[in-house]
Amino acid sequence: MATRQTRTLARFMMLPSVILLLVWMVVPLAMTLWFSFQNYNLLNPANVSFGGLFNYRFFYTDPAFFQSIWNTLVIVVGVLLITVIGGIALALLLDQPIFGQGIVRILVISPFFVMPPVAALVWKNMLMHPGYGVFADIARAVGLRPIDWFAQYPLFSIILIVAWQWLPFATLILLTSLQSLDGEQKEAAEMDGAGPVSRFIYLTLPHMARAITVVILIQTIFLLGIYAEILVTTNGGPGYASTNLPFLIYRTALLGYDVGGASAGGIIAVVLANIVAIFLMRAVGRNLDR
Amino acid sequence: MARTVPTGTKLGWTIAAWIVALLIFFPILYTIVTSFKSETEAIAGFNLVPSGTLESYREVQSQYNYFKPFMNSVIIAVGSTILALLVAIPAAWSMAFSPTRRTKDILMWMLSTKMMPAVAVLVPMYLIFRDWGLLDSRIGLTVMLMLINLPIVVWMLYTYFREIPGEILEAARMDGATLWGEIVYVLTPMAVPGIASTLLLNIILAWNEAFWTIRLTTTNAAPLTAFIVSFSSPQGLFWAKLSAASTLAIAPILVLGWFSQKQLVRGLTFGAVK
Repeated sequence: MATRQTRTLARFMMLPSVILLLVWMVVPLAMTLWFSFQNYNLLNPANVSFGGLFNYRFFYTDPAFFQSIWNTLVIVVGVLLITVIGGIALALLLDQPIFGQGIVRILVISPFFVMPPVAALVWKNMLMHPGYGVFADIARAVGLRPIDWFAQYPLFSIILIVAWQWLPFATLILLTSLQSLDGEQKEAAEMDGAGPVSRFIYLTLPHMARAITVVILIQTIFLLGIYAEILVTTNGGPGYASTNLPFLIYRTALLGYDVGGASAGGIIAVVLANIVAIFLMRAVGRNLDR
Repeated sequence: MARTVPTGTKLGWTIAAWIVALLIFFPILYTIVTSFKSETEAIAGFNLVPSGTLESYREVQSQYNYFKPFMNSVIIAVGSTILALLVAIPAAWSMAFSPTRRTKDILMWMLSTKMMPAVAVLVPMYLIFRDWGLLDSRIGLTVMLMLINLPIVVWMLYTYFREIPGEILEAARMDGATLWGEIVYVLTPMAVPGIASTLLLNIILAWNEAFWTIRLTTTNAAPLTAFIVSFSSPQGLFWAKLSAASTLAIAPILVLGWFSQKQLVRGLTFGAVK
């Protein structure tokens, strides 16, 4: 009766989303895969030929490739370490009784809403500039020589900026999880004589485990694709010192006009992202069953 | 049961929390302060009290025509979000109220499209945009951001819709409501808060998207992200102007963001943390 009609209609209501996402996923990816086996340079578009695994071999033997994979991992791991540990500490702090808690929360989460180019340019110029930046002012005030951040520690500088952007996200999610911890459980543990440290290790941390997992996985997806921050600060340099995989692919494609090579790099990026994705899907999928 | 906390302890935590919060907020605060300085003041060393000049704001508009990228940002962010909602609402609806065995798989598959790294399809998308004359067009970028955020929109709406009790629908059906009547008079009023939160979060995400907006535009359709990037290779003194442009670029989204803290957690964790 009405229910069958409703069900048929429901199928149709899903179609637009499904078709759009299917096309969006299949068409460009298939093109990337196809290009990755072609010798195709935009400067010489008339001369396209099948290259087999040439592009992959070319990418694989390029020293910049390994450096960029390494840099990608260093950025992801570095930012994760800072944001997860910092996020736990901040969440614990914000969970305490505080005057003006609402305002403190707003201040802490604000960096997340700053668009990446603004965050990177503000840090690069006003904070980390070796001549006029605030960090240089502080260094001189205590009698040290100012550091030329982007020349001496390019990768670390980028990690610092990105961590600043993502710390609020980690804090907010971990705080949400922390606040769902049953107050009675805490009191019971306290009455049983558990100190703050053991309460944290045996009660709070296990309770937050799921949120921590989610933070790590979601951030990893975004951190694997860091781009704008590198573009406006170091432009990948000096040399390839701060080039990650997305930036190397961008360079190969739009500065080197090498469609084949960039596509091979793209396929490698997909493989990398998929490894992370599998874990995330499991964590989120478990939640659906609940 | 709330515990009573001695005021001294609370004061200690308060001081610690405010110091940390102000340190984290400092780069934003300093940007706002610098935007009210003159260019010579801006590089004259650390100073939290600006002269209060509006010179930089005037110049950002007169020299760089700030209003144009701002409007592009508004059109692209709002446009892509509304497009995504139009496509996603029926889908989330049917998955929440008429689920099948495959609903979960479809949802997981949609989520998986979100994990495709943007760079992996940079080459084909660039070529498609070039060949279809979509480079540097607002329409192309709007559709692009719609596709990128569609999985999140479907997911967010789904988690909200799922919380609407199904019994209400049954009651309405017993009273003889048609499917259309069911949707318009029963479900819509209950779904509005969820739709509004989804709208808010996705405008924020689209506003701050900084890969496609930078790579697929040059001047005409360039939103604020691309506009700010043009400040990375400036001539002469520019910090006060950079600060003014940055303040204008982040202010609206900062305010929206403050209102959507809760939705942010839910939306970005796909309902895994609430």
